[in-house]
Amino acid sequence: METGLEQKYNFDVVRWFTVMAVVYLVVGAAVGVYIASELAWPFLNFDIPYLTFGRLRPVHTNAVIFAFGGCALMATAFYTVQRTCGVRLWSDKLAWFVFWGWNLIIVAAVITLPLGITQSKEYAELEWPIDILIAVVWLAFSFNFIMTLAVRKTSHIYVSNWFFLGMMVMIVYLHVVNSLAIPVGIFKSYSVFSGTQDAMIQWWWGHNAVGFYLTAGFLGMMYYFVPKQANRPVYSYRLSVIHFWALMFGYVWLGAHHLQYTALPDWTGSLGAAVSIAMIIPSWGGAVNGMMTLSGAWDKLRTDYVLRFLIVALAFYAMSTFEGPVMSLKTVNALSHYTDWTVGHVHSGALGWVAGVAIGSIYHLMTRLWHTEMFSEKLVNFHFWTLTIGTVVYIVAMWVSGIMQGLMWRAFDEYGALAYTFVETVDAMHPYYAMRAVGGGIFLFGAIVMLFNVLMTVRKSATSGSLQKARLAAASA
Amino acid sequence: MAENTQPKGLQDRLERNIWALLIVIALVLSVGGLVEIVPLFYLKNTMEYNRYPEIVWNKVGQEPIVAADAGGVLKANWKPGDGMRPYTALELAGRDIYQREGCYTCHSQMIRPFRDEKERYGHYSLASESMFDHPFQWGSKRTGPDLARVGGKYSDDWQRAHLRKPQALVPESVMPAYPWLDKASPDATSIQTHMGGLRLIGVPYTDADIAAAPALLQGKTEMDAVVAYLQVLGTMVKLDEGKVYRD
Repeated sequence: METGLEQKYNFDVVRWFTVMAVVYLVVGAAVGVYIASELAWPFLNFDIPYLTFGRLRPVHTNAVIFAFGGCALMATAFYTVQRTCGVRLWSDKLAWFVFWGWNLIIVAAVITLPLGITQSKEYAELEWPIDILIAVVWLAFSFNFIMTLAVRKTSHIYVSNWFFLGMMVMIVYLHVVNSLAIPVGIFKSYSVFSGTQDAMIQWWWGHNAVGFYLTAGFLGMMYYFVPKQANRPVYSYRLSVIHFWALMFGYVWLGAHHLQYTALPDWTGSLGAAVSIAMIIPSWGGAVNGMMTLSGAWDKLRTDYVLRFLIVALAFYAMSTFEGPVMSLKTVNALSHYTDWTVGHVHSGALGWVAGVAIGSIYHLMTRLWHTEMFSEKLVNFHFWTLTIGTVVYIVAMWVSGIMQGLMWRAFDEYGALAYTFVETVDAMHPYYAMRAVGGGIFLFGAIVMLFNVLMTVRKSATSGSLQKARLAAASA
Repeated sequence: MAENTQPKGLQDRLERNIWALLIVIALVLSVGGLVEIVPLFYLKNTMEYNRYPEIVWNKVGQEPIVAADAGGVLKANWKPGDGMRPYTALELAGRDIYQREGCYTCHSQMIRPFRDEKERYGHYSLASESMFDHPFQWGSKRTGPDLARVGGKYSDDWQRAHLRKPQALVPESVMPAYPWLDKASPDATSIQTHMGGLRLIGVPYTDADIAAAPALLQGKTEMDAVVAYLQVLGTMVKLDEGKVYRD
């Protein structure tokens, strides 16, 4: 292994983001399993305001997206940009400001959301003072990243960094516009937009939080960690150029497909669906590009557990980027909208793709950052199977319940009356809600095993002094 | 490395220049949002009231919805079906609680133009019907039924009993119970601030609407406020089956 890295680069902030990402993965998934169980067994609401589904659901989404996803993105973006540019982060101080600022936002979210302090816009629930803090920290993160690229030693900017850059710019647009609100108290505000326009702006944000934060950012991860772990160059440079620009241009349009058949004008939804269908091509191009990087070295999948996470994540990416456009079509959307099918679709992307690729990247980072092998390879493999099985159980449960509920809602009896009352459809969901909680529970168990493995690896590194040695070697080199 | 010194084409130039790459990315990213969002603010066919002005109450912003006289006696100037108007102080307090409890995570307020939705919920929703909703509450998931036209479907007593213990009335329900709504009361001064804030961003409250808040909230619990909000949903506009509101 190369020496001198510990002195040359700022890996300390990467280490902290990496460990926090795993902690938040456990927290976010645990809250998810709890609220999933509330839908199966409603007594779990316990008549306690802070535990009700309505207040905890934003805790779950914010914890997995911003706490886990954010820390994973910041760890990998700061690591990738240093390694691919051959220079240390532009500012260590700014990097630490981002770390503490982001974690402060997460703590603020965990406190305010159960108290019912919310703007009630999905995935943008946090109230205005926290929104301002998010903007400041996000700009600091982006600025530090961009300045590191500006002082790079390499002639070209590597493809991972394009994707991270696209995410940073788009999140600034989305967060600023969607969070425009009039404060009417320290913890209360109203969106400046209303009704239809507010709906369109919300789903422009909502889908692009997925498209840029959870896709472009994680593709940045994929384009660095898949070739690194496979020890082979990216399959096709040309394909990555097409993948990048098509994603940057196209993804932005998709939000409107969340509002098919609503009071949003028809042209907007149709435009959203048309571009959604077109997006299958670049998305699959990207997935193929990642998978084919293994071309000629497929045998590595038998022995390399980290690579398994990355490649199976790409398979889930390919699957959900096919399913999504199909669901955006009006005829399919008429059935799927408002049902659990949407929830299942989100989770095939979130558990399979986002968590899969991030977890693979984190395992890769662990060995590089602590200069030691994982505490247990067997547990990495065990985690791989819990993630895959848990995700599949989850999405199968949601497919069945979603399609069944959609069909029950629109069923008529022979007299032309509705065949089912609403509550009959709720009752029919029960076994699938229980099954979903089990799938989520399997996923959560794997995450706990990962946290244990990660902490034991850190301890192992401390006991053997491997990180200490790397630091000293650097100093004397 | 001779081939590496001269940029070949635009892509190569962008990969060598962070500032150029940043600017091009920023431009490319702005297109979709501008095309889909900006026209919604000026195209006339976005809001049905441009074609059917009767959707909006003809005295909106001119007369108070409910006026309190010097003796505190309330007099309503608006009745259901008169058209869209802002929420009264009591309804707004209820809507604040609806937001606080995250009701939108399980209930939509947006009826689609399908036969089954018409049977179950009523006439499809109009864009104009959420014109005063900051933010919109259309929702994205129906773990529970749509509430866009729930107003008047059940009695106030049914709504109260249901919120206190949903399973007492609907045994299969998975909805949480909200017993704490009986124990707290909305604060008139805060609600007046909320109404003032909404007026700043274009909701046509009159001074008298805001002044009526203490009288409207007098002796009311959070439960009363939520029920008032639920009971007004979908009752403002009288929709005509013979009219095509949306193409």
